[in-house]
Amino acid sequence: MNRPPQGWPKTLRQWARTPLPWSLAALLALTLGMPALRPLFAALFPELDRPVYQQDSFAALVLAHVALVAASSAVAIVAGSVLGVAVCRPAGRAFRPLLESLLAMSQSFPPVAVLAVAAPLIGFGEAPALIALVLYGVLPIAQGTLAGLDAVSAATREVAQGLGFAPWQSLWRVELPLAAPVILAGVRTSVVINIGTATIASTVGAKTLGSPIIVGLSGFNTAYVIQGAVLVALLAICCDQLFERLQRRLSAWQPRQEDTAESAALPPLAGH
Amino acid sequence: MTVRNPVPLLLVGLMLLAAWTLPLLSHAPNRLLSGRGIQLATLLHGPRLLLLLPAVPLLAAPWLPPRRGCCVLLASAASLWLAALTGLAGAEAARLAGGADTLARTSLGGGYWALFILGALLANDALRRLGGAGGRLALAQLALYLPLLWLLLSGRLEALSLLKEYANHRDSFDEALGRHLQLVGLTLLPAGVGGAALGLWAFCRPRARGVLFAALNIVQTVPSLALFGLLIAPLAALGRLLPGSGLAGIGLPPALLALTLYGLLPMARSTLAGLQQIPDGVLEAARGMGLSAGQRWRRVELPLALPVLISGLRVTAIQAVGLAQLAALIGAGGFGAIMFQGLSGSALDLVLLGVIPVVALAVAVDALFKLLLSLLEVGPR
Amino acid sequence: MIEFSQVSKTFDGQRAVEALDLVIPQGELAVLIGTSGSGKSTTLKMINRLVEYDSGTLRFAGEDVRHFRPETLRRRMGYAIQSIGLFPHWTVEQNIATVPQLLNWPKPRIRDRVTELLALLHLEPEQYRGRFPHQLSGGQQQRVGVARALAADPDVLLMDEPFGALDPVTRAALQDELRRIHALSGKTIVLVTHDIDEALGLAQRIVLLERGRIVQQGSPLELLTRPASDAVRDFIGRSDIGIKLLALERVAARARQGEAAAGEPIAAAATLREALSAFVTRGADRLPVIDAQGRPAGTLHFADLLPPAP
Repeated sequence: MNRPPQGWPKTLRQWARTPLPWSLAALLALTLGMPALRPLFAALFPELDRPVYQQDSFAALVLAHVALVAASSAVAIVAGSVLGVAVCRPAGRAFRPLLESLLAMSQSFPPVAVLAVAAPLIGFGEAPALIALVLYGVLPIAQGTLAGLDAVSAATREVAQGLGFAPWQSLWRVELPLAAPVILAGVRTSVVINIGTATIASTVGAKTLGSPIIVGLSGFNTAYVIQGAVLVALLAICCDQLFERLQRRLSAWQPRQEDTAESAALPPLAGH
Repeated sequence: MTVRNPVPLLLVGLMLLAAWTLPLLSHAPNRLLSGRGIQLATLLHGPRLLLLLPAVPLLAAPWLPPRRGCCVLLASAASLWLAALTGLAGAEAARLAGGADTLARTSLGGGYWALFILGALLANDALRRLGGAGGRLALAQLALYLPLLWLLLSGRLEALSLLKEYANHRDSFDEALGRHLQLVGLTLLPAGVGGAALGLWAFCRPRARGVLFAALNIVQTVPSLALFGLLIAPLAALGRLLPGSGLAGIGLPPALLALTLYGLLPMARSTLAGLQQIPDGVLEAARGMGLSAGQRWRRVELPLALPVLISGLRVTAIQAVGLAQLAALIGAGGFGAIMFQGLSGSALDLVLLGVIPVVALAVAVDALFKLLLSLLEVGPR
Repeated sequence: MIEFSQVSKTFDGQRAVEALDLVIPQGELAVLIGTSGSGKSTTLKMINRLVEYDSGTLRFAGEDVRHFRPETLRRRMGYAIQSIGLFPHWTVEQNIATVPQLLNWPKPRIRDRVTELLALLHLEPEQYRGRFPHQLSGGQQQRVGVARALAADPDVLLMDEPFGALDPVTRAALQDELRRIHALSGKTIVLVTHDIDEALGLAQRIVLLERGRIVQQGSPLELLTRPASDAVRDFIGRSDIGIKLLALERVAARARQGEAAAGEPIAAAATLREALSAFVTRGADRLPVIDAQGRPAGTLHFADLLPPAP
């Protein structure tokens, strides 16, 4: 059983398996210390006058990015899990195929399409970004909730009923805790997708870590592109790894799994 | 009367609400002025009322018994309703254009899109009730849009601003289509082969799984725009080192590389899962009957793992269709180029011209793979 | 304690239970047995309203079960099923404490009760309290399941094939355990099984069901000696009814007091079936008998295996 160590990694293998410490350290260092790397970027791209993005501080961009993702994910977590639970209850069961159709259909819509359609309708800026982020955040969470509740065995549900749990007690104390690791996997996918969508949201005028990338791409300033890309990649990896640890903690009651394909995150939706 | 199915009740209710509150069309004398909304109700008079005919079974849907015949009726009514709605919009746009005034623009409004999506969901609900395997369901879902396709090809919708944009951008549209298909096609081959090889390697070497999937997961975690961006500098440097190689930081090479990298994880994961789900007993029996390693691979392992493998390829393909939309930002073209052009001009019709084909492409790819999978299931092993 | 009168249940037009009359008095261990689809599980689940019956009346403690809130009713009845029924995300302690917690017992009382039950079921309390179900063997899981069913000192214990998933050795040990608990607590127990040996070994009353109807009910001895029909005879195993009869009686009942014999002794608590096996394997026609303390308790002759002449 290859169990990733919880403490500081000691070997190269462990370093590769636990990206959280180094990615977190790198994210912090680069967020605060990017201007100090000016000589490096100047040397790499001698043709550029301004080799470091300066329209906003990187700290402000990281904060704006995180705020956008956190706000939309909070809404998405509530909406997604409520939807998922609702269609698993006797009263809402009839609507389950409808939700599943919606989830399947949405896989054909890339998030950037939602952004691009929303922007001309409701104006540029944070608003279309929030809409797209919430919409795309809900899907994996609803999917995870469905999968998690499905995985609770009928015997467990029957025994909960047989021991005298009221329906909501069974849901709250037995079914949801058992489904929690899978729901959390959905949240993890959702947040990672949202970090990506928030990056693209800078094409519709939201200020995020995607801004240096877009400015750099349109102004042929590869240094800007690298600065934004490295930070947003690190941010996504850090969040992903944080969720991984949380998932591990929540599933402490499960027998340790071997590394299988399934132990990785849920399959991603179309491009983020 | 008792409601037999609450789903159509909700959808039909929402449809009525959308028809009531949102404009079906938006008409502007020219591109610069903002449009005037036109409700569905104001368009329905005289012989046009006949167009409401397919909506009648839809309105009755909540009370229809869940029989086969009723489901078929509902699905076809919904399909016709989508076409009727679109045809009505096209006819009204043609009437408003009046021939001479080519500057006038009539575009589809929020009401149209809401009614369209709700109608499609209603049709889906009816088809799901019919049951049937994945492949047949996928085909039936595609068939829903045949009346619409006929309408489009017959030229009856040409006065709509979306189609006008198409006429204006026909060349770049065709080019975008070719490039988009090229991006997806050229991704599938290396991602499929490479991902399958990685999955096979992980299957044979369980100790390598942890590191492999951790690494692939990191790639998958990196936002696509960042990955595109990160590949620019190294590929540009390589291009300078090898002038004849055709490598460059902008354009096709970084886009293909990024799409391929993204495709590796779903492919490797499903290859491993496909091989893992073969029961040990089956392999042991094959060994016990004296099949050689090669024979076991060809006659037992591969056929049993193939469906899961193909579903991995399906995820990779759909993902590539969506991701290719972003490749326009690094100069790789595709429908993203049209979409971003529309975005920078705040021209919704142009944005839609870049978005709708991508959605249609994703739906078609999905249906294609589902069909393939269902053929594998019923066909001889 | 539990009275069915003319109770019927239909699932989608399929009769599951038909006009069932059955009285299970206080303190009895009743076993419902039958092939799959005979309606035995449905009968059990109607008692705690996991399945609602269509017609007739079903009384618990003199009152119609429909007069209780389902949750209240279920909390007065322990419920155990095959080992998969433990909540995997809760420790052994939390699992056992389920119903006491639902009934809002004070914490110290719950803790004492868990300790008491773990000891009763021969699980070292401090060692097992904090474990998760997946860290236990199948037999241990089932012990925890039984402890959980007993936790709130219910009036009735309902058990749906509780030992179905266990290997024969563990199963026999748990059957002994259940007999002991029943003798100690005097609880009314209703157990569903398809294993005739389990039924003969545990039951005070066996209720044999076939297609939703009672074919025969009575003590194990009655079932073996006076089967109501050929179908019953087939079900209990036509060819080894004699052997099964021997399994119902103990050596102590037939041993000749005051007589002594040589050779390896047999326990007075052993069944006559075990004695028969000892006769055959040792090639002897008499066996010395010893009691639980190891003192001589007479001799058993081979001829004593035959039932005393009426």
